[in-house]
Amino acid sequence: MIRTSGPRRGAPRTGVDWFLTVLRVAALTVIAVGLLAFIWQEIDTDNPFARWANPDATGLTGAQFRGLIVSGVAQGCMYGLIALGYSMVYGVLGFINFAHGEVFMVGAMTGMITSNKLADAGLWESNFIGSLVFIVIVSMVVCTLTAVIMERVAYRPLRGSPRLIPLITSIGVSFFIQNASIVLLGPAAKAYPDVPDWVKDKHTFMQIEGARILVVVVAAVSMFVLWYLVEHTKGGKAMRAVAEDAEIAALMGINVNRTIVRVFAVGGAMAGLAGILWGILFRSVIHTTGFLPGIKAFSAAVVGGIGHLGGAMAGGISIGVAESVGPLLILEPLGVSGVSQLRDAVAFAVLIGVLLLRPAGIFGERLPAEDRT
Amino acid sequence: MTATFPPETGAADGSAETLMAPSRPVLAQDWRRLVRMGAVGAVAQIFIALSNMPVRLDERAVVKPILSLGYLTLLIVPFAAGNRAGHQIKREGMPVYAAGTHEVAGGTACGALAGGGLSLLAVLLANFDLREPLVNWSPMLAELLAFGNATWFAVVVWLLIGAAVGAVGGALRVLGPRTRRAVVTMALTVAGTAVLEPLVVDLAEGMRLEALTDWLYARRGGVNWTGALVLAAVSGVVAVVGRGRVRQAREHIATLEGAKRTRTNLGLILLTAAVLVILPLFAGKLTNELLANVGLFVLLALGLNVVVGLAGILDLGYVAFFAVGSYSAAVLTAATSPRINPEMPWLVALIVVVIITGLVGLFIGAPVIRMRGDYLAIVTLGFGEIIRLIFLSDWLSGWFGGSQGITKIPGAGIFGLTSVAGTDPRRVFYLVLAFCAIAIYVSWRLERSRLGRAWMAVREDETVAEAMGINTVNVKLLAFVVGAVLGSFSGAIFSAKVGSVFPNSFLILVSIVILVVVIFGGMGSIVGVIAGSAVLIGVLGGPKQPGLLAEFSEFKLLIYGALLIWMMLARPEGLIPSVRRSRELHQQEMAQDAWLRGEVEDDDSNGGGQAAPAT
Repeated sequence: MIRTSGPRRGAPRTGVDWFLTVLRVAALTVIAVGLLAFIWQEIDTDNPFARWANPDATGLTGAQFRGLIVSGVAQGCMYGLIALGYSMVYGVLGFINFAHGEVFMVGAMTGMITSNKLADAGLWESNFIGSLVFIVIVSMVVCTLTAVIMERVAYRPLRGSPRLIPLITSIGVSFFIQNASIVLLGPAAKAYPDVPDWVKDKHTFMQIEGARILVVVVAAVSMFVLWYLVEHTKGGKAMRAVAEDAEIAALMGINVNRTIVRVFAVGGAMAGLAGILWGILFRSVIHTTGFLPGIKAFSAAVVGGIGHLGGAMAGGISIGVAESVGPLLILEPLGVSGVSQLRDAVAFAVLIGVLLLRPAGIFGERLPAEDRT
Repeated sequence: MTATFPPETGAADGSAETLMAPSRPVLAQDWRRLVRMGAVGAVAQIFIALSNMPVRLDERAVVKPILSLGYLTLLIVPFAAGNRAGHQIKREGMPVYAAGTHEVAGGTACGALAGGGLSLLAVLLANFDLREPLVNWSPMLAELLAFGNATWFAVVVWLLIGAAVGAVGGALRVLGPRTRRAVVTMALTVAGTAVLEPLVVDLAEGMRLEALTDWLYARRGGVNWTGALVLAAVSGVVAVVGRGRVRQAREHIATLEGAKRTRTNLGLILLTAAVLVILPLFAGKLTNELLANVGLFVLLALGLNVVVGLAGILDLGYVAFFAVGSYSAAVLTAATSPRINPEMPWLVALIVVVIITGLVGLFIGAPVIRMRGDYLAIVTLGFGEIIRLIFLSDWLSGWFGGSQGITKIPGAGIFGLTSVAGTDPRRVFYLVLAFCAIAIYVSWRLERSRLGRAWMAVREDETVAEAMGINTVNVKLLAFVVGAVLGSFSGAIFSAKVGSVFPNSFLILVSIVILVVVIFGGMGSIVGVIAGSAVLIGVLGGPKQPGLLAEFSEFKLLIYGALLIWMMLARPEGLIPSVRRSRELHQQEMAQDAWLRGEVEDDDSNGGGQAAPAT
């Protein structure tokens, strides 16, 4: 594992280190106090510690809490699917493909266009599952193409340049795709057609909406397929070899360029899938749809450890749950008003916290050889 | 391409001289390459047409009766494709062919293909209705493409226009350097005059030269037919007579040393300063507003340049410092600020603002400074967004007004002499100019100081810098703080100029635009950054500020994105690069060149020694 933050062992502690320690302690204190206050609220709403910072504290009912967790998990599965793309590209090329969130947006947009066309033809209502499979396929194909073209045009010529250069380029790509969506499709938010009742309604099974179950199931299945592809096929082996050391892999007769294209394609397909799930869950898409999920998915990739497939999924679910539960669990008992507005701020705080406290992630990271030294 | 090369004739002796071979036969084209480039051009043409650029910009004339900006956007791609088709990859030891009919023919083919994209689009427009997802799939576009005629006319005419423009692009390669310079100067002069029209008209009014602009420009915008001809003729003559005198002068200045160099530089700076001080006196509101906006972005870009250009830290949340500067200035000076309103005089407030922003810089910088470069970029982006969300939240709306923002901020009072507010852009510009001067001086001195050299060392190789005894953490933190303080100047002026601050003025988008400005101008180069802001913010406009081409406001962010990609691919060192930075970026190529010239033996300073065979 490489040293990404913190002083080298034996190096003198500087002011920055003290500051960081203070910051870590402060963050942990806020979390601990907020949690304790929350627990007190749950036990007894009238107790003075629960009332200490937030006199209106009521705590959460069991059903509310479960609802938050479930929506967090469903959202987290989506982050996990997007995170796979970040994780795999970072694992192989060693740079953050900032535009990956935009690929996800392209997926959601494609789904919107296709599903509306299907709804016009009457197929969406009559054969929902069939149409869903169809838009998933279309969206995955479009996203794969987007990701591959992106790699070919913007990233391949920059291979081997200083690592910030492809990052800056990917920011440009992200900006370009977002604004291309504005000029081509218009700046307004666009709606998905209405979904059948069984997707919208809460089911007897733990009172969960059908859409959320669908998201979790689809994410689990695609995760399994991807795991099989990467761990048990020849192409997957090539990917792992290139991630380990591109130069040696090339010497072993692996076509590095083709493997990298494949990595982008797989990441793009997963993002396309996530885009459709987003569309089914929220039924609205706009050009900025990709930005926040993209950033959060990147945090998820870091939380799970760059280069780990399972880690990306685990990280995604943790980020999803943290941002859905965190504000109410920690900030509300501390007397912060309007916590739901701070949802995204919490997600960013989680990102910063993770990079600060444990930049190598939960499972440790697998980086290209040159980045490990 | 190699298939078309004849056997290498004079390269056997291994000399690295470029060889001039006679021009190639017309049909010996690399057809696959041409088709590929033409297809890419066609896709680009369809994209441009569907982005609504031609229709929206059709109003703005470049040369009054014959060319509008809208049609110009459709001519750029075939031109570029045609020009690119004639491009030869120069390799050391490989013969370079003299450009001739071969290039023109290739350009024509490539341009026709690119133009064919529009022909295809015209046919599709006539036969399908895709208005549902594509908002610009309109009869207006079809009419524009067909010049008001039938579809078949559009098909034929765009193939022909593409071919013609592509041929011109290819022919540009055939011309001798002198003629080429003249032609390019002529085209650029006419286009530039058209783009600068609002500015020129405004200045001419101030100087009582309306007669000139009445003659030059048509009534509803655009250069006159006659005006364009005269301009082209004059600029052509100047270009031929001038014959690169400008470049000679620049090279001459570059060779000067010591006191002479200082004197020349001082003279140039004084001249620029004098122009900038005198110009606004003649200019109207529009020009001054524009200059003030450019100045604000110069300040921001200079600040980011210290962080990104000198210290090599990619800070994507730079807007945070702009926001903190604006908000703290607003809170300190406005009587309407919700919680605390000390109503300080602006200059006193500025001192506090600088201290606050410096501390925020320290606070944001300290946790991130040890991170890997790319993680740092994402985390600073997170900080930038967090700061905006905090200003926006209900939680602190008692302090900062939430989404209502803070309004009725008084103008900036200077020693009780004058008050600078947005209603008088000229005064704003002078204020901005003063701060730009400070920022330029500070960056210039810093670049040449011990600290500046430490920054550049850290940028080039952190481990080596640390081994050389540089305290990398402190040095990088200082870069953050200096950048933050420069950004806060801009923020304080911004809040006084606009008179109100809202969280939505500080989107991440602002950070990205500043980054594009710095990269376009040239990372680490002060002149480059100033030129970058002048060109981008002045012509295209800032995130919310209109530029000279106000019609571009819908498309400017798209163009910024494309520009960022293109700059990184084609010219990562920027428009006016800093010498050191470009050396760093092209180290490998220069080492290779040096090796080919056989200069490496006694050159062990720049890692070029590794490129040489180890004998």
